[in-house]
Amino acid sequence: MNHFLAREDFPHLLSALTQAGYGCVGPQIRQGAIVFDHLHSVTQLPQGWQDEQQPAHYRLQQTDSPYWFNWSNGASAIKPYTFAPQENLWTVQRDQSGRLRFQATLPQPQKTAIIGVRACDLAALALQDQHFLHGKHVDPYYQARRESLLLIGVNCTHAAATCFCVSTGDGPDIRQPYDLLLSEIAAGFLLSSGSTAGATLAAQLPLTPASDAQQHTAQQRMQAATQQQRHLPAKPPLFAHLDHPHWQTVGARCLACGNCTSVCPTCFCHQAVEIPDLDGDTSRHERRWDSCFQPGHSYIHGWQIRSNATDYYRQWLTHKLAGWHEQFGRSGCTGCGRCISWCPAGIDLTAEVEQLV
Amino acid sequence: MKPNDYLPHEVQIVARVQEAPDIFTLRLRFTDLAHHARYHFDAGQFNMLYLHGVGEVAISIASDPKDTHLIDHTVRVVGRVTKALAQLQTGDYLGLRGPFGRGWPMAAAQGRDVLLITGGLGCAPVVSVVHYVLRRRAHYARLVIMQGVKHTHDLIWRRQYDTWAAAPNTQVLLTADQTGQGWPFNTGLVTQLIGQAQFDPANAVAMLCGPEGMMRATAQALQERGLPDHDIWLSMERNMHCAVGHCGHCQFGSSFICKDGPVYPLPEISHLLGVKGF
Repeated sequence: MNHFLAREDFPHLLSALTQAGYGCVGPQIRQGAIVFDHLHSVTQLPQGWQDEQQPAHYRLQQTDSPYWFNWSNGASAIKPYTFAPQENLWTVQRDQSGRLRFQATLPQPQKTAIIGVRACDLAALALQDQHFLHGKHVDPYYQARRESLLLIGVNCTHAAATCFCVSTGDGPDIRQPYDLLLSEIAAGFLLSSGSTAGATLAAQLPLTPASDAQQHTAQQRMQAATQQQRHLPAKPPLFAHLDHPHWQTVGARCLACGNCTSVCPTCFCHQAVEIPDLDGDTSRHERRWDSCFQPGHSYIHGWQIRSNATDYYRQWLTHKLAGWHEQFGRSGCTGCGRCISWCPAGIDLTAEVEQLV
Repeated sequence: MKPNDYLPHEVQIVARVQEAPDIFTLRLRFTDLAHHARYHFDAGQFNMLYLHGVGEVAISIASDPKDTHLIDHTVRVVGRVTKALAQLQTGDYLGLRGPFGRGWPMAAAQGRDVLLITGGLGCAPVVSVVHYVLRRRAHYARLVIMQGVKHTHDLIWRRQYDTWAAAPNTQVLLTADQTGQGWPFNTGLVTQLIGQAQFDPANAVAMLCGPEGMMRATAQALQERGLPDHDIWLSMERNMHCAVGHCGHCQFGSSFICKDGPVYPLPEISHLLGVKGF
């Protein structure tokens, strides 16, 4: 954190990004929540806003603070920018003789800079990279979107009551690769670059050397976000407790809505959907986010392996917190707490795990 | 051009064989002959077959890996896509991507007794192994083929069983849960046949395919005969959409059946085998 960018000079970053050909995406308020969307001006940033999160509870409140990033997170991580909620994979054209011509429909995304990425979401991105890019099969759709991104991380200075990234080891300070990293203080931002693209951008900004006092303040503000109320054990042995009665208790509360899997930044399940055109000859093969809380998820010739909320929840949690260790070498949870806030039944992953082991 | 494992290639149905009222075999060839020449698979692997406007379905490959002429898929009508596939005729076109997954341990089984134990209908993945072993008879010791079906009319390739029984060093044991007149074989579950199987538990590999309850009971009977767990292999089945370990539907504990399976040695899956909900 060697450089300082004054708050009034932040628009220079937006124009440098635009000049370099990036579309900018950043946090803003929509429908009472923080969302990521196209960002054209710093006036769109949620200045002074802070989130208050509890199980089944998410509210924003305005304060008179000058900060733009003094909130923890919103419902959506940056997952939709790499793993699209709905993506056409290919189309097929049938000619008069019945021959089939397949055509891949790879995305051609515009270069996109995401401003305000959180530590938990960068950790989740690293996991999704591992899943879609670094296994036996490379997903070219994810890859095209992933390669179009420039990531501008912001260290957290406020932890919601639902946050537990300290116990998963993923935050509140950013520990995964980024292009630019910001720490917010009242007067502006401490800035460092983490890639060639980031350094090129930083070179165009009116930066000054960061003073000791500024660095100290940034450290202190980040320290505040380490005070977290929730904790997740490192490797809960859930597969050893498959018959625990608490699964039934959670199952009785769970509405099987799939909100938890939608807001989870690491969930990767998707389904294939075939969409024939009305002409009968063209057909599109699409993928859409799916959820292990949907009855069709485990469908197999005429029956379902899992058909009730207890089984859905047990599948999700055993996979997320135990199966991932074997698949990816670490837990599938990065402590963002979204599944707690956005569960309409207030099911609390950290509290349920405590009951289960 | 980067590889795209999601994109099917066009194949043509060169022949269609009706095996039983609801079981048929499609013999396929890529229309791109260069692609056909590049295509290789292992016994026990599967392909995703795509029917225009309907969707994809995972079907195991029934032909011999060394048969470079055609790729066979034996299909039972069970769902939406297989029902539609059944309507196809010779000359029709499909999409195919594959092969996917881990096949049977044919190399590890060389020089050893091979037990092929199936339950339920057809079980094409194991029939392909029968052919595989018979064509390379000298590479394997005893061959024991055990099949249990529900009804006697479920037994397809009945004539082939006679041929196999006449092959050297080969034992065929057939049974049906419900038998009628003219059924010359056993009555009861396939697990009850294990006692009659002639093999050396210290030097044998068992390959199982069928309903999980049947495979669990069979594995237990084999353990009782002294066959070590790591020599018992099972072919698993779950919902599959992507076949490349990305979509998550086929997860079985920490494993993706499409990518890490569908064939597993028992120790890799025994902790969840038979657990309801997985």
